[in-house]
Amino acid sequence: MQMSSIVKTTADVLFPFILIYGLYIILHGHLTPGGGFQGGAILASGVLLLLLAYRYSESTNIVRQVMMKTLESTGLLLFIIAALSAMVLGAGFFFNWLSPLGSIFGDSVAYGSTVANLNTGGLIPIMNIAVGIEVVGAISVILLALLSGIQEKI
Amino acid sequence: MKRKLSIIITILMIGMLGVIVSGLTFGDPVDHPMDRYFIENSQEESGANNVVTAVLFDYRGFDTLGEAAVLFTAALGASLIFRKRRDD
Repeated sequence: MQMSSIVKTTADVLFPFILIYGLYIILHGHLTPGGGFQGGAILASGVLLLLLAYRYSESTNIVRQVMMKTLESTGLLLFIIAALSAMVLGAGFFFNWLSPLGSIFGDSVAYGSTVANLNTGGLIPIMNIAVGIEVVGAISVILLALLSGIQEKI
Repeated sequence: MKRKLSIIITILMIGMLGVIVSGLTFGDPVDHPMDRYFIENSQEESGANNVVTAVLFDYRGFDTLGEAAVLFTAALGASLIFRKRRDD
């Protein structure tokens, strides 16, 4: 069954905004409420909007299952590599070695309740991004697998 | 008879739940020393302004690793069960 053009246009218009909102939730995970899991779920809801608005064969031209599987594996690998990278320097697993260095995400935090700085947090924002990539990949793979069984009349 | 009994049991259960819940103190948690520790030290120890994220990715990083692995396994299982068969 074909969705009406109202649904398709709404999905097309809303999709970039959902994408931006999800990326904002992931990137500001160490400053505001939210984080990798929540932002990844929001991004996956945008993917679900596209999957429901278009026919399965149409939408899988844009949302490929191989791409989502790659994203999922990349996210988990990035998370484990970020956790392991502290052990190269002789610290423990998950040690936040990037935090006071002054390089990427390395500004020192202003203590107390002050204006938040995005460039803080060390390894935590990187892990947030990794978990966000993994969650959007995993939920999209599950949705694609579940929706592939529906018989569509053309 | 059976129907009446089930209705009575349901009402009893709801009443017990009400009695239990009315004794709880919502929004007024006990002041625990560990909560104080996280609120006071998480900024300088983890470098993140958000205490919840500091607990999730720093103090309990293994928990997050397990969650990510569980989600990975769930996606793996779903795509394995609903895979395309060759004889269709």
